[in-house]
Parts: sequence; structure tokens; C-alpha cells
Amino acid sequence: MNPISFLTQTLRIAVPYLFAASGGVIAERAGIISLELEGLMLTGAFSATLGAHYSGSPLIGLLSGILGGLVFGLIHAVATIRYRANQVVVGIAINLLAIGVTRFFLKLAFASSSNSPRVNGFGGNQAAHGFDNPLLWMGLLVAPILAFFLYRTPFGLRVRAVGEHPDAAASVGIRVRRVQYIAVAISGMLAALGGVFLALDQHQFTDQMTAGRGFIAVAAVIFGRWDPVRAALACLLFAAAETLQIQLQGNQLIPSQFVEMIPYALTIIALAGVVGRAVPPAALGKTAE
Amino acid sequence: MTTRFREQLEEALFPPVIALLVALICGDLLIMSYGQSPATVYRLLLEGTWGNAYGFGQVLYKATTLTFTGLAVSLGIRAGLFNVGAESQLATGGFAAALIGLWLSPAMPGLIAVPICLIAAAAGGGVIGAIPGWLKVRFGAHEVIVTIMLNFIVLAFLNWIVAGHLHVAETLHTPEIRTGVVPRFDSFIGAFHGSAANLTIIIALLAAAAGWFYLFRSRRGFELRAVGLQPDAAEYGGVSVGGVWIRAMTLSGMIAGIGGVNYVLGYKHYYEEGFAGGSGFLGIAVALVGRNHPVGVVFAALFFATLSQGGLAIHAFVPKQMVEVLQGVVILAVAMSVPEVRAALRQARKPAAA
Repeated sequence: MNPISFLTQTLRIAVPYLFAASGGVIAERAGIISLELEGLMLTGAFSATLGAHYSGSPLIGLLSGILGGLVFGLIHAVATIRYRANQVVVGIAINLLAIGVTRFFLKLAFASSSNSPRVNGFGGNQAAHGFDNPLLWMGLLVAPILAFFLYRTPFGLRVRAVGEHPDAAASVGIRVRRVQYIAVAISGMLAALGGVFLALDQHQFTDQMTAGRGFIAVAAVIFGRWDPVRAALACLLFAAAETLQIQLQGNQLIPSQFVEMIPYALTIIALAGVVGRAVPPAALGKTAE
Repeated sequence: MTTRFREQLEEALFPPVIALLVALICGDLLIMSYGQSPATVYRLLLEGTWGNAYGFGQVLYKATTLTFTGLAVSLGIRAGLFNVGAESQLATGGFAAALIGLWLSPAMPGLIAVPICLIAAAAGGGVIGAIPGWLKVRFGAHEVIVTIMLNFIVLAFLNWIVAGHLHVAETLHTPEIRTGVVPRFDSFIGAFHGSAANLTIIIALLAAAAGWFYLFRSRRGFELRAVGLQPDAAEYGGVSVGGVWIRAMTLSGMIAGIGGVNYVLGYKHYYEEGFAGGSGFLGIAVALVGRNHPVGVVFAALFFATLSQGGLAIHAFVPKQMVEVLQGVVILAVAMSVPEVRAALRQARKPAAA
């Protein structure tokens, strides 16, 4: 096995996780549970494909993908913040909604129930092994930027305060709901970028193309203990396991189903406190009634 | 009708009604985006479900599975727990029933074999439900995340067993069960014209009745609801909260597990990869719309089953995926209207009470 190809493949597989997990980190640090990452990614992938298809430009695709994630993020925000709906229920509803909406409009826009036609995407230069894709570089940089944002800027402080103790935050003049709206909106756009990367890298949308990656991102958020950099490392770990599986295929050393289980099993182990206590933001999920 | 009962009924019925209205409006928009007439499409939807014997049988069949998963989720919510694992509990139950059904002697009479398979299904689902309950009590691991993660782990594990060890060549399912088969209505009273509706319906209704009795008429059910409403107060009142949580998650998993029988013993007679097909997640919607009451769950299951069968009936005019959108809209609308409705009703009652 070639170590260079192992590394590059790991990075490429990690990019969607890195985007989505960063989205999860910021929403959850603001106290809003983000089980809807899967749906946000799917929406992002589909709207990016639509944009790229009708404009012929991957850049427009990128922007419309972000817009799609923003819309679904705002639905999540309105339901949980304005209407104080149960955040878990809303997250699951958004996932179901995203599957339904993308399938419905896939049929309407492209008259197909499985995939879109080929669209212009990023990359395609075989010699660069996909590293000519700007989204890939964005994905690799998003976690450090988010960490700076969260720990070194006033807005980051507000986000963390709102997630830990909204009443105290409100008492020092932070507008709790506004901070949460912004955090969830950013979360929607970031998670959508994970889907945008998938769609524009494969130059098309296929039904349910996110295939559970949003849940792996949720796992990475928890395994990374709600810290952007640690969550990113968890993403890289999960991506490395997946790459190993792909490169060992046919080797039959470990059945693929067991590799699939790794992120999920590690999350349960993290939650059980085996690798140090996983302490979520204190007010996570608390706006629900 | 006492005032208290009327208030409860109002709080229970308003959110689903609001959700239905919102869903109707969204449905109209979706139908018109295809250039069809909403009235025609809704008529087709009703004709294809409640309007003919086969369609209605299919609705009953789908509602049976959803009743089980809806009951499972609502039982958990009554104890203050969110069981998002009904999907894998359902699959494990079905798998356990198939495994035992394959192993039992074909000569065994159905009246003995079926209960044995039911016990196996309940045990399988119960184990998968008990794990997150235990992890929560022992380590404080949040049951929502654990059940989601377990869904992936358990389904991958079952796929590994079936694909690697148990499947019939060229397929992804186990061999056919020879014993412990639950008969279809079609086969013995000739009803529902070849649809999948089978006697598991009776088990589902019994489960709903048992759930009602357990929740509202038994001491244990009272403890469970007390923990769900106010764990600290319940603990102070002498209830072991941890014990109730583990018991509630185990029971929840058992009910979902028995639901697996509907497909495995009642319909296909084998375990097949992916047969749960989202019924576990829809169970959350069913519990939500049914307002966590066993009677409500049965009606909500019929509603979601009608939608999902109705999708097939309208497919020639509007893609069946429309109903998936509507399912999501209904869940969102109910979740959003619950706290709002409560506040609005409280506001409306204030002058009367004062």
C-alpha cells in the first residue's frame, strides 16, 4: 500500500466530514442539537447540482449549495428557537424532509429517480489527484478557522456563553436568540458545503448520495468533545479507517461491515467516558420547552 | 366530560390538526408544481388506499409495523427518553424471529411456534433497547446519540451475518421459514385481495391495549410516567429512576422487536436486509402525532400508512416522493405547534379560570 495515495485518499474522504462536523460544532456550542447534518449535506449537494446545471458554472453551484443549506438551517432555527420545538424531533424531521425534497425535485428537474445528469464541477485534473479542487482546501482549513473564530473572537465567546449558560449570557446583554440564529445559519451553510463537495467532485447528484456521512459527522462532534480541532481529528481518523478498508478490499482481513461500525462504536465509547469524560455544552438542547 | 379531560383532549388534538392543514397546503403546492390538480390527486390517493380491498389491506399492513414502532417510541417518551433506535430494534426482532423460525422443526404446530418466535423477537429487540438504557444509567451516555449509533452498528452486524453466512444464493435474504408463519387474511378468509395484511394486526392492537393498561392502570406505569414528568421528584418519592429508565428502554425495544414479526412471519417469511425501511424513524412521527397515547398511536399509524401507500397510488401523476416531503412537514408542524398550542390554550383559558 502506497502511503502517499493512502494520505491523499484519506484527506479527500475526510472533507465532507470536516465541513459537516464543523457545522455541528458551532450549532451545538450555541446549545442547539444538530442531528440534521445529514439532511443539510443532502440539501447542499442537491442545490449545488441544480445551480451548476442551470448556470453551467461550478461557482454558482457552490453558492446555490450554500443557499440551500442556509434555507434548511433557518427552518431548523425557526422551529427550535422561535417555536421551541424539540430539537431532536426537528433534526430527524429535517433529515426526512431533505430526503423527500431532493427526491421530489430530482424527478421534477431531471425526470429521474436516481441521479442528475453530469454537471460542471471542480477538479478533474487527474494528475493533481483532486487537489486542484478549491473546496478540498477549504475543507482542510475550516476547522482551524472555526477554532480561531470560537476561541479568539468576541462572537465565538458569545456562542460559547449561550451554549453553556444562556441566562448568564442574557444578563450581560448578549442577545441569546440572535446568536443562536446566526450559529445555526452558519452551521447549515458549513454542513451544506460537505454535500456541495460530494456533488461537485462527482459532477452529479445521486439519490441519498450522503449515505450516512452526516451521522458520522455527528459522531465526530461528540468524539471530538465539541472542539473544532479535535472533531476534525476524529473526522480524519474515521476517514483513515474508511480508506484502509477501501485499499484492503478483497483482502478479507476485516469484513467491511466492521469498518463501517468504527465511528459509531467509538462514539458510544466516548459517551461512556472511557476516553475521558465527554461533556457537552451545558445548555445543549435546553431551549426545548 | 370533565374540564381536565377536555383540556387534555384539546392539547392532544390541536397539533395534529394544525399539522394536517399545513401538510395539505404544502401538498397543494407540490402537486401544482407538477401542473396537476390537487383535488384529482387527493381523490386518487384516497381511492388507492381506503377505496379498494387491496389498497386498504396494504394500509393495514403498513399501519401494523408503524403501530409497534410508534408504541415503542411513545413508551420511551413517557419515561422522558427518546428512543431513536426503533429501526434497529425492529430489524433485530425480525431477525431473531426468522432465526428461531428456521431452527424450529417444521412439524411443530403454529400455535406453539408463533409464540416462540414472538418471544425471540421481543428478546432480540429488548436487548438492543436495553443497551442504551443501561449506558445512560451507568455512564450518563445520552440515549439519542447511543440509539442512533447503535442503529448503524446493529444493521451493519445483521447485514454481515446475513450476507456472509445465512443468505440464499443470489439474494440478500435468509431461507424461507417453515414454521411459525402468521397467516395472511387473504389466505384464510379471502379478505383484502392479496395484500400483505395478516394476523399480526391483532397482536399490534393487543400491544396497544397492553401499553394503555401498563401506562395508565399499573403501578409500574405510574412510576414510568412520574419519571418522565419530573425525574427528581420521582426519585424523591422513592422511585428508582435508573431502574425505570432501563426498564422503559428494554420494553420499548421489545415492542419494536415484535413489530419485526409483521414482515418476517406475516408477509415474506424470511429476514431481508433493509426490511425495516425507515419504519423505526417514522415511529417517531407516529408517536408525536399520536401524542404518545396508545389510542392516538393506532390512528397516527393508520394516517402515515395511508400516506405511504397513497404515494404509490398517485405515482402516475405526481412522484410518490411527495408523501416523504409531507411526512417531514407533518413532523415539523407537530413539533413546532406543541409548545405553541400549549401556550395559546393556557392564554385562552386564563380569563375563564380567573
